[in-house]
Amino acid sequence: MEIKVALAGNPNSGKTTLFNKLTGSNQYIGNWPGVTVEKKEGKIKDDKEITITDLPGIYSLSPYTLEEVVARDYLLDENPDAIINIVDGTNLERNLYLTTQLIELGIPVVVAINMYDVVEKNKDKININALSKQLDCEVIPISALKGKGIDKLMTAVKNVAKNGRKVPVSTFSGTVEHALAHIEEAVIHDMDPSKQRWYSIKIFERDEKVLKFLNINSEILNHIEKDIQKVEEELDDDSESIITNERYIYISELLRSVYVKKRTGSLSVSDKIDRIVTNRWLGLPIFILIMFLVYYISISTVGAFATNWANDGLFGEGYHLFGIGTKEYESKMDEFSEKFIFTEELTNTVKKADEANVIGADKILKSIQNKDFREFEEAYSTYSDELTEKGFDISKTVDTALEREDVPVTENFGIWVPGVPVLVEKGLDKINTADWLKSLIIDGIIAGVGGVLGFLPQMFVLFILLGLLEGSGYMARIAFILDRIFRKFGLSGKSFIPMLISTGCAVPGIMASRTIENEKDRRMTIITTSFMPCGAKLPIIALIASALFDGKWWVAPSAYFLGIISIIVSGIILKKTKMFSGDPAPFVMELPSYHLPTFKNVMTRVWERISSFIKRAGTVILISSIIIWLGSKLGIVNGSFAFDPNMDLEVSILGYIGKAISFVFIPLGFANIKAAVATMMGFVAKEEVVAVFGVLDFNGMTPLAAYSFLTFNLLCAPCFAAIGAIRREMNSKKWTLFAVAYQTVFAYAVSLMIYQFGQAFSKNLNIAGLVAAIITLGTIIYLLLRPQKKNKSPEKIKV
Amino acid sequence: MTLSDVKIGETVVVKKINGAGAIKRRIMDMGITKGVSIFVRKPAPLGDPLELQVRGYELSLRRDDAKIIEVEYE
Repeated sequence: MEIKVALAGNPNSGKTTLFNKLTGSNQYIGNWPGVTVEKKEGKIKDDKEITITDLPGIYSLSPYTLEEVVARDYLLDENPDAIINIVDGTNLERNLYLTTQLIELGIPVVVAINMYDVVEKNKDKININALSKQLDCEVIPISALKGKGIDKLMTAVKNVAKNGRKVPVSTFSGTVEHALAHIEEAVIHDMDPSKQRWYSIKIFERDEKVLKFLNINSEILNHIEKDIQKVEEELDDDSESIITNERYIYISELLRSVYVKKRTGSLSVSDKIDRIVTNRWLGLPIFILIMFLVYYISISTVGAFATNWANDGLFGEGYHLFGIGTKEYESKMDEFSEKFIFTEELTNTVKKADEANVIGADKILKSIQNKDFREFEEAYSTYSDELTEKGFDISKTVDTALEREDVPVTENFGIWVPGVPVLVEKGLDKINTADWLKSLIIDGIIAGVGGVLGFLPQMFVLFILLGLLEGSGYMARIAFILDRIFRKFGLSGKSFIPMLISTGCAVPGIMASRTIENEKDRRMTIITTSFMPCGAKLPIIALIASALFDGKWWVAPSAYFLGIISIIVSGIILKKTKMFSGDPAPFVMELPSYHLPTFKNVMTRVWERISSFIKRAGTVILISSIIIWLGSKLGIVNGSFAFDPNMDLEVSILGYIGKAISFVFIPLGFANIKAAVATMMGFVAKEEVVAVFGVLDFNGMTPLAAYSFLTFNLLCAPCFAAIGAIRREMNSKKWTLFAVAYQTVFAYAVSLMIYQFGQAFSKNLNIAGLVAAIITLGTIIYLLLRPQKKNKSPEKIKV
Repeated sequence: MTLSDVKIGETVVVKKINGAGAIKRRIMDMGITKGVSIFVRKPAPLGDPLELQVRGYELSLRRDDAKIIEVEYE
């Protein structure tokens, strides 16, 4: 017999741990249809007949929050054979509140009292038998973490599922029960008796969805309404609140007879930690320190190292295993180049070029003076063409030197592992692959997909840290500490984490938005978080800073500043639109006890995130890499369509598209083909902008136009991988399109203002442009200052 | 007196919850109902929201939302 079981419980009750224990690796993770709420399903490890659906973590089955509506709809529409209600044994009172609502549904419930080992350790007493009798359902003590009681739990689930639906017990005070009985009799007496209680309570609460569904005739409805009003008068509250009150009264009374808490005067460990961590004075410094550590470990040290290894080693030339041999190779190479490359003749040529103010000659010269081959290699590869063009050819000397037989070879030092492209190229050469196919595989697929996979190691490190923050309970404290700042521009305190992570890579940043409970906050965070300059945008910043601003210190910080301002401005603007206005759920958040995160839970979470990234973003990137590759290799040569692995950009399809769209950028000051193509390539991966648009292309560009170019590329739609992540998290085409369109329009507006106002200040006034910029500025100011649309009636959730 | 007027470190009892709909329901769902006692533990480092102890667990609530909760001393 196939059995469908729903797993329900409060957040932080150990639901995820239990779900992982029950299903092992037989999990399917997706989203509930049409919403950003995560849906997990799995089959029981030892019994493939039982399918478990993990409902969102909820406190109640009210119709007001998205998670609750998703859970409620599932329970009503899918009619599972049983519900496992996991309850935190150390926090019975609030956890049982949901239990009372689940039992009402008439679906067989098994209450699993989790963390029972902790309850026993605290010497608290729960009379399981009495509790089971009072609730009229099975109660099983378990420890999800230690795997205790799980077999018993599943046996109980199988039993109750066999017995089928049952009529729930009455739990409220006389007045309310009386009114409920009236309702049952008047409206729903034809219904299956096990369903009557839930519907009568919903009618009493005037639940709009249920009233609409039942379509009660108005005469009966008026009659019931009088009954409800009478109770409301008697108890001096609205009917919905009366029910909530009654539930808690019922639970307090129930617990009085079955639960004894051993009172201890001393503070628990969790309390002691909290006293320090969210202390009035220490709270902020500790927070800053923790965030600095997250950033430092994942982005600037371990993460950066891992990413460099993946990009330059694994998906580049290759690498020395464990870095052994790198130093020897480099010092040998420095020695070699001092003898054969940095000859007097070459040095003099470069010096002359420098005196003639050839771009980049100073950089090459500096590397020669430093006797650093690696630095030389970098400068040489960028600027040698320019030197040759101006009549200072040094490439002959370099080429002859590198062709010598005694040139140091990387393979001879340590253990050299060639990169994937090198290996693949060798393999393809061996089997005589056609040039076009070789180019497709190496320049198209491996370059594109490898560029994205290169971020995996960094993401791995990030996700571990994120998992630790979530698992320990500190994530909730971050929201607690930052709420005051972030709510001012329509975001949640938890939005901070995605933004911090996005300074490394927007893909995990967008995925980290999952920890935000409120769907509107989550969407807003997803839309704005990629405004932060990510790791792949840094080369663009560095390029422009060095090419046009003489490496001025303020260029890089200004990019971050621009990102932060864009987030704030967008937050305020979007908050005032219809889509985001009004906040149905207030900021009422549980601050869970601190736990030591378990290795297994953290790693499961990391794996979930990494694998979904590889799957979704991977396919998007693969396809887009192939398309971009085709666009750059196919072109029109001498009037006819042609393919050439070394196609000139100008005559390639990509170049033609660039030409066609470049007029769009006239108002922004960078209407040339290369800039347009570079921007397009930026969608594959932002560092591709630098691959197309080199230092030399800035010749004749004003610093203002370059800064406008930089601004547009920083703020416009992120790379395809990030768009894929947005698509996945939004779980909606419409929202993904909106996000991308908003980002691009916003980027355009900001670049336009920077360029046109800048032009006006530097007395290159363009009237039409200035007018456009003033209108744009006016519109933004209006959007920022217009009054907030008030949403008085509670938001109805549509699913 | 409302919950947002209560001094840090004091314990009060809920008298009435004003307002309606989603906000009221959410606050009550979390266990703040008539007659329950609330211990105001501390404010966040920036002064808002508040950390409360209710029904044996920790809850954070903005001062603005705390204004709809009428309380009195035991």
